[in-house]
Amino acid sequence: MITGAKVTSLAASPMRGSKALPPGTPAPAFGLRSTPDQTVRLSEFRGRPVVLAFYPADWSPVCGDQMALYNELLSEFQALDAEIIGISVDSAWCHAAFSRDRKLHFPLLADFEPKGEIARLYGVYRESDGTSERALFVIDAQGTVHWSYVSPVGVNPGAAGIISALEQLKKNET
Amino acid sequence: MSTVTSKSTRPIAGRDHIQGPIDAPIALVEYGDYQCPYCGDAHPIVKAVQERLGDRLCFAFRNFPLSNMHPYAEHAAEAAEAAGAQGRFWEMHDTLFENQNALEDDDLKQYAEDLGLDAKRLMHEVLNGAHAARIQEDFRGGARNDVNGTPTFFINGQRYDGEFDAASLFAALNESAE
Repeated sequence: MITGAKVTSLAASPMRGSKALPPGTPAPAFGLRSTPDQTVRLSEFRGRPVVLAFYPADWSPVCGDQMALYNELLSEFQALDAEIIGISVDSAWCHAAFSRDRKLHFPLLADFEPKGEIARLYGVYRESDGTSERALFVIDAQGTVHWSYVSPVGVNPGAAGIISALEQLKKNET
Repeated sequence: MSTVTSKSTRPIAGRDHIQGPIDAPIALVEYGDYQCPYCGDAHPIVKAVQERLGDRLCFAFRNFPLSNMHPYAEHAAEAAEAAGAQGRFWEMHDTLFENQNALEDDDLKQYAEDLGLDAKRLMHEVLNGAHAARIQEDFRGGARNDVNGTPTFFINGQRYDGEFDAASLFAALNESAE
């Protein structure tokens, strides 16, 4: 989608002043609802990389585009042995409607109660807005943060950084 | 951020669908989706700058279909590539963008007939995903080059994030002439 805003750079370094967990940090454990009756735990992904995509809210235009992009790249992530998970403070019911509307084929987790608890653990909660940052984490097979990136809230960070981080992990394996 | 060199966000002779001289001082690459309304809006703007810049501009189009969101995008991309296999990529490309509200398989067949193509062959290729690998290659390359949505444009290899109207695009293209 075309945005009116002039974006000067999408460099890989996190935003200045960001408290997002940096590479090398053990990824905090969590269990969150993916649907009203299902819970997804980070520990389920141990042994392969997982991508956590925190985003501010279901339905907002940039989020839609960002999640739509990841939806098209699932086979690409799978080829790199990785799973991707979206996380926002929306409830599981809201996620269910959003996911159905956009035909998403990956889980969206509800960081809903206590609100934003997991976003806080990862250092990407925006107190002023009551939502998470638009933040990406690539967690390695051992459960350590391998790469993290915080995008300006209105800018779709895309997938290039994720793919590059996953390719590096795959290379390190061999 | 990307491991791909900026060179691949420039038109590649012998691979890309290209309009204008490959050695033109200005290169414009679009990643687009035939069912995306924003790409449809961009289409006449691209045409306008092509007209103004003439041989000073080399334009290439690559596929970036968001197939879950746009159920007709994949077959439309296949149809353009299949028309390309009969040497008529750009005619189909224009037809698809000018008829975004009619991209079902029957429509694609009709456009092939209207363009005087071998419609049976074209539809056989569309329905069998004959060009799926190329479309996928466009998509994968785009995702690695910070194509985050459609349309995304690169001017002389650099992503263009400015205003998208004919005047702004023309100014940006003109400034970047090498």
